[in-house]
Amino acid sequence: MSTIWFMIVAVMVAIYVILDGFDLGAGAVHLFIARTDEERRMVIRAIGPVWDGNEVWLLAAGGTLYFAFPLLYASSFSGFYLPLMMVLWLLMLRAIGIEFRTHIEQGVWKGFFDTIFGVSSILLAIFFGAALGNVVRGVPLNADGYFFEPLWTNWRVGAQNGILDWYTVLCGVVALVTLVVHGSLYLATKTQNELNVRARKVASWFWPVQVLLTIFSLIATVYAVPHVLENYSKWPVGYLVPAIVIGSLAYMYFAHSRGQEKDAFLASCTYIIGMLVGAAFALYPNVLPASTGPVLSLTIYNTAAGAHGLSVGLVWWTIGMILAAVYFVFVYRMFRGKVRLEDSDHGY
Amino acid sequence: MDSALLIHRLQFAFTITYHYLFPQLTMGLAPLIVVLKTIELKTGDERYGAAARFWAKIFGINFVVGVVTGIPMEFQFGTNWSHFSRYAGGVIGQTLAMEGCFAFFLESTFLGLFLYGEKRLSKRMHWFASLMVFLGSWMSGYFIVATDAWMQHPVGYERATNGSLQLKSFWDLVLNPWAWWQYAHNMSGTVITGAFVIGAVGAFYLLSQKHVEEGRIFVKVGIIAALLVSVFQVVPTGDAQGRMLARNQPVTLAAMEALWQTQPGAPLVILGQPDVANKRIDNPIVVPKMLSFLTWRSWSAEVKGLDSVPKEDWPENIPLLYYAYHIMVGLGTVFIAVTGLACILLWRRKLYESRWMLWILLLMFPFPYIANTAGWMTAEIGRQPWLVYGLMRTVDGYSKMVSAGNGWFSFLGFAGMYTVLSVLFLFLVRREIEHGPEPVISPKLRKQIEAIPLAPVEVR
Repeated sequence: MSTIWFMIVAVMVAIYVILDGFDLGAGAVHLFIARTDEERRMVIRAIGPVWDGNEVWLLAAGGTLYFAFPLLYASSFSGFYLPLMMVLWLLMLRAIGIEFRTHIEQGVWKGFFDTIFGVSSILLAIFFGAALGNVVRGVPLNADGYFFEPLWTNWRVGAQNGILDWYTVLCGVVALVTLVVHGSLYLATKTQNELNVRARKVASWFWPVQVLLTIFSLIATVYAVPHVLENYSKWPVGYLVPAIVIGSLAYMYFAHSRGQEKDAFLASCTYIIGMLVGAAFALYPNVLPASTGPVLSLTIYNTAAGAHGLSVGLVWWTIGMILAAVYFVFVYRMFRGKVRLEDSDHGY
Repeated sequence: MDSALLIHRLQFAFTITYHYLFPQLTMGLAPLIVVLKTIELKTGDERYGAAARFWAKIFGINFVVGVVTGIPMEFQFGTNWSHFSRYAGGVIGQTLAMEGCFAFFLESTFLGLFLYGEKRLSKRMHWFASLMVFLGSWMSGYFIVATDAWMQHPVGYERATNGSLQLKSFWDLVLNPWAWWQYAHNMSGTVITGAFVIGAVGAFYLLSQKHVEEGRIFVKVGIIAALLVSVFQVVPTGDAQGRMLARNQPVTLAAMEALWQTQPGAPLVILGQPDVANKRIDNPIVVPKMLSFLTWRSWSAEVKGLDSVPKEDWPENIPLLYYAYHIMVGLGTVFIAVTGLACILLWRRKLYESRWMLWILLLMFPFPYIANTAGWMTAEIGRQPWLVYGLMRTVDGYSKMVSAGNGWFSFLGFAGMYTVLSVLFLFLVRREIEHGPEPVISPKLRKQIEAIPLAPVEVR
């Protein structure tokens, strides 16, 4: 039962990263590819009707983590106290950047909110990548299952880690580049004319960077956290995951160069799923490894909630997800196709 | 008090108090917007459609601030109250996760359709979207109240071998009897806020002779709704909560009423300043035997006083609890009086000319916010010193690994962030009110225009 919930939480996180990932990525390139007010409105409109729903996946995944693995929630949220507070502030700034921008038709006002939106999107992408890096690398858990990490210590991977060291910073950069490509490909599917050309260009420029960083980060992970390979040698089927990652990168390139924007975007989704599944596969059954020694690691077994709660949860969770899927299909169909500024019933 | 405990409590109190200024208007406006949309759909009177559109704009701004200040609430259970989360997460994690999976998805989906899809959707579909937004926000309210109700009155749990609590009965948790009354009381409190805000904007328009037609609609809908829910707030919901407290948290009730000694025929304190050290009330105005009657329906019934439990189980801040409770009750009484009088004037067809009454309605709008905040303070300060009533003390629940210095860092960050949010919010809402509802051609005028022969007039 705990394994099922481990997979459920992993799936919800993956959905969150794919969905909110494209609007974070769109935000990260917003300031650079959209130059005129019209173009900026198009970017905001491409994500406007869906970003709020995308972000709900973060809350739903967080809530699910809370009730399925209470100790993990308690330990990781208090241990990552400082970066999480900053994530909260950035999420706030980003939301008002999107939503308050168009309330006043004035250059200074709009420029201010565009900058807030762009900068907070970039920082959030880096923070989320660094957070994942922390989970893979491990944290200094004590015997009670708690820890507290300062923002940085000596930037080295060791027992007394900070949130940021060379490895987690690398993960942050990988996340940023991945989401930049992801967001640009999404914008390419939603826009026309010059904006479309620029979005496609950004995706082309960053694709090689993404390939290099992917290879580099995989090597770095094996170097910094050697035990990540244990599960792979135990269940060799796991090696399919890196194969999928590389395959999706290759397909992204071909689809993109042939102008098949949707296919390229889907390949980027597959890439993200591959990276996350790869990390989850390496962790299992740990959920938060201890850098202070493997016996202190938090696992799905020592953090899971009671059996009754988990089985009841499975019932309502399934109902809830079916409903959510229906809403999402409905909204995405409703706002499908390229963004046009003429249908002015839209508020953004 | 331990300084880390102090800052964790201060931050949660601050962020939740600030947050709840927004959802109360969201939840209060949502049903009233549905009412406006329904009238529009039934009568075809487009003035009600324009009124709904106007309030939808304010609703949208308010909703954004509610969402962004709401995300920290879920996070802080883990960041600042990790020992509590570890202890109780297996139970209350259920209701919190259900809020995300059922309420938030519903709300965020249909809000987008409601705010931005009016021209793409049919009239009936758009009405349906407003109904779903209402349903989503009220469902969200239920899951949160059920979570708090469990902390007030824990049910459906059992102890696991590792000392934490786990779920024993899902339905006991979700259908906690404490939650029903608390929910009914809380939700009618939100409608009081929504109705008074609508009425105040209407009164402002009438007083300043702008948007007079819409101003009348706002005042009328506002005061009628406000009167209905203000009465419901006292009877049955407030009354039932008081009686529930007397049975399950007698010491909380004693502290709210500053009742030092257990006594038969206990009085109800209307006014006066509690003096905890000397166990008395200065300058008291009391109604003899009233408290016994209200709680046990008998003039001579015994009501438990603070002396019935040891001092370490008293709520630590009795004066604040006492005032929060008295402010809530006092304002509730004022609401009934004001809206009752306004409804009489409306019935006599004098309301729109009675400038003094319009002034009162205009100036009333902050008070429902104060009453709702005071009500929640009563519930939460009254639960002290417990975090989970009778099971876990507040002092045992906070994140021991997060030092006071880190707590102050985030608290000050929130204070700054919320100052910016307040400025933006007030600025944008003021602009919308200044701008007012879009003018609508009344059906009568439209008929007249359509009746003009030979002139190719296009309406709208």
